[in-house]
Amino acid sequence: MPETATLVTDTELLEQHVAQEYKAGFVTDIEQDTLPPGLDEDTVRFISAKKAEPEWLLEWRLKAYRDWLEMKEPTWANIKYDPIDYQSISYYSAPKSASDGPQSLDEVDPEILATYEKLGIPLQEQKFLAGVAVDAVFDSVSVATTYKDKLAEVGVIFCPMSEAVQEHPELVKKYLGTVVPRNDNFFAALNSAVFSDGSFVYIPEGVRCPMELSTYFRMNALNTGQFERTLIIAEKGSYVSYLEGCTAPMRDQKQLHAAVVELYAHETATIKYSTVQNWYPGDVETGKGGIYNFVTKRGIAAGRAAKISWTQVETGSAITWKYPSVILKGDDSVGEFYSVAVSKGWQQADTGTKMIHVGKNTTSTIISKGISAGNGQNTYRGGVKILKSADGARNFSQCDSMLLGDKCGAHTFPYIDVQNPTAQMEHEASTSKIGEDQLFYCNSRGIDAEDAVSLIVNGFCKEVFKELPMEFAVEARKLLEISLEGSVG
Amino acid sequence: MPETIAAVSPAGLAPEAEVYTRAFARVAVERTDHEPSRIGTLRKAAIDRFGELGFPNRKLEEWRSTDVRAIATTTFSFEPSAELVSEADCARFRYDNTHELVFVNGAFRSDLSRLQELPDGVIISSLEQGWREHPELIEPHLGRHAKFDNHAFVALNTALHENGVFVFFPRNAVVETPIHILHLGRGGDSPVASFPRNLFVAEENSQGRIIEQFATAGDTDTGGNHFTCPVTEVVLAQNAVVDHYKLQRESTDAFHMATFQIYLGRSSNFSSHSISWGGGLVRNDVNAVLGGEGCEATLNGLYMVGGTQLVDNHMRVDHVAPHCDSHELFKGVLEGHARAVFNGRIFVHKGAQKTDAKQTNRNLLLSPTALVHSNPQLEIFADDVRCTHGSTVGRLDELGIFYLRSRGIGEEAARSLLTYAFCADIVQRIKDKSVRRDLEEFLFRRLPQGDVVRQAV
Repeated sequence: MPETATLVTDTELLEQHVAQEYKAGFVTDIEQDTLPPGLDEDTVRFISAKKAEPEWLLEWRLKAYRDWLEMKEPTWANIKYDPIDYQSISYYSAPKSASDGPQSLDEVDPEILATYEKLGIPLQEQKFLAGVAVDAVFDSVSVATTYKDKLAEVGVIFCPMSEAVQEHPELVKKYLGTVVPRNDNFFAALNSAVFSDGSFVYIPEGVRCPMELSTYFRMNALNTGQFERTLIIAEKGSYVSYLEGCTAPMRDQKQLHAAVVELYAHETATIKYSTVQNWYPGDVETGKGGIYNFVTKRGIAAGRAAKISWTQVETGSAITWKYPSVILKGDDSVGEFYSVAVSKGWQQADTGTKMIHVGKNTTSTIISKGISAGNGQNTYRGGVKILKSADGARNFSQCDSMLLGDKCGAHTFPYIDVQNPTAQMEHEASTSKIGEDQLFYCNSRGIDAEDAVSLIVNGFCKEVFKELPMEFAVEARKLLEISLEGSVG
Repeated sequence: MPETIAAVSPAGLAPEAEVYTRAFARVAVERTDHEPSRIGTLRKAAIDRFGELGFPNRKLEEWRSTDVRAIATTTFSFEPSAELVSEADCARFRYDNTHELVFVNGAFRSDLSRLQELPDGVIISSLEQGWREHPELIEPHLGRHAKFDNHAFVALNTALHENGVFVFFPRNAVVETPIHILHLGRGGDSPVASFPRNLFVAEENSQGRIIEQFATAGDTDTGGNHFTCPVTEVVLAQNAVVDHYKLQRESTDAFHMATFQIYLGRSSNFSSHSISWGGGLVRNDVNAVLGGEGCEATLNGLYMVGGTQLVDNHMRVDHVAPHCDSHELFKGVLEGHARAVFNGRIFVHKGAQKTDAKQTNRNLLLSPTALVHSNPQLEIFADDVRCTHGSTVGRLDELGIFYLRSRGIGEEAARSLLTYAFCADIVQRIKDKSVRRDLEEFLFRRLPQGDVVRQAV
């Protein structure tokens, strides 16, 4: 509506934006091998047995389950939701066709492929164009893995977690739970007990992973919580860039997603982890439905000059509770966190990062951009801890919030603990709305209100988008545009 | 009302806390003759609430970095002698040309106080005298701003306060002579506790300046074991202008848990500078409610601590009305094993459009064992606002030191000069000459090679 747009006021734009409905909502009907709702030790044993796991892993799961029973759900986050009945969740669901283990795309259920097509995941085109290997997780079991051979040539292991447990048990045993202990927090303990599947990546010494690794997660079975567990290990001097993208079909019942991601970077290794999250945020009008995204993500830069970089674009989920963190243990190691979080409708996001400086001359950078619209609540919660041993540590944090509408909220809670006088820590934050003068400037140059808002918001997020791999950045920008359509074009 | 004592035996409280309930029984009886019954009810509610809350522990978000067990496990005397202090003890804290009120261990000492002639209608008195002579002026405000629901120390003060200061600026009054309130603490063989309760009311278009000083009288080695728990309520009506200073210079053995609650009416202006260099365990809760359109609050502070001192500044600014500005600048210098906590929360309520809030906390660590917890926080529920906060922790700039040394200034003096420059940001904002000079002198004494700094500035 370019002709009328200049006349549309901010409020009207916002109303249109609030009316924006979820674009990726549809349910694919395929037969599920689903466990009835409920959680006890037998559930844990069933999952473990289903995956033919070794004894030690079952023990580990059971210990986590017992720890979980003792733990209380955290209440400190700035989010509100009805209590979750953990007994009403089904803890295992796998597409039946997966049990046969399709080796190529031809063997994959055409309906699943059609789902991906609808979402615009270029599973097949990517082979020709982008060179991205996709380990697509449909519900709990991986159904298609591509480019495996090419990765195998350089010794990179990229496979579903369940497969890694069978084929590389020594690696899984050595690293699983070393970054996020099984009893780290309530949701991590739950995940440790019942994790279904996830990705496993191992980059051998000195190898630069020849392509961007990518996993698409997708929840499909009704009432099924997803408990992904991802483990990425980068040996000395290696490099890997990992992409995670999410979308889920529309439904009424709230879904719990409690994933755990562990990154382990050895000396001079680099792990870059990028996420675009677009799960169903709940009904725009009532806030009903939507995903609870309670994720524990943590990386350890264990060796000298190791680097871990988190980039996230969070536009979906009814509730996001997520703090990708870095433990900077090795001297000269580097941690980065770049985030764009959008909350509109009735979405609530409590997200941020934690940088723990242990080694000397460690550096961390935090750039967080929050956008709130409609009745959305956006919270940045970050921790920067500089321990006594971290001589010459350096941190820079910047958290900016943008408010679109008068019913939304933006909150900033940084926690800063500095125990070393040689450290330098800077934190700045700002909250503002789009300036009327900025809009007026654009209008006076013939840019209509909607395009102007889009321009300004994209500029606001640019620092984060430029950290995303090329094709992902395009997708993220598109996602942001779709998310804020109506108010920001 | 002795029958109420049984009702106030808080379960789960340490046995040491029982002294508080005993003190309450005594205070409740003594105060009934001049206080309205509302205050009696309030005192009762407060001691009950304290019974439920107990002393805060570090599991509480608001107290996660400040451990008050040292206070909780000390048995204080609540009826300390106020006679220990003489004119000689006061002299070094006096400011010339001020209305001066002196309190010793919470008790008013009219013999040490010096009140000059006051403009018509201006009241500066002890709270007790205020209740006797002007209850109608105190009644609308006292206990209505500082909430004790979630604050054990405000609850204790509300229940146990015996005296304090009542300052009243009537309509259009301009009080040019600053008011100086000197709270002297003096322990001795056993530690003492006092709970001063202050109320400052500035009516429409009035103006004035209030200086509060908290110090230890006499020999700090033997008399420093005192606990001061003041609660101050400040109410500014339309267009009122109040300039406030607080100097916290007690002995490093002293405990200090202060709450400062400000309400700003339409177009009023309140500025405060809180300077802390004394006390072993110090907490300042400063809460400002910007309740009238177009008001402005400036809350600045400087803390300079060493040894094992802990200073905790907890700020909360509530933007309730639209078109209000708030500015906060807190700077800190830490030496030795000192710890500093800064928790600043800006809360912009729904409808508080055109809010402009700024908050800055800067810390300078001079020793490898000092520790800073800095938590600037923003909570915003309105869209047309400009809110920023910034926080830094760092050490002295080595290049700056090198520059000064290359110009022939010794290393120690160079460090002191740079430290002074860091503090000067706050020092220069202090409008009151006496306070500024006092702070400057302190810095010259405290910084190594202070004379070099004195000459340089």
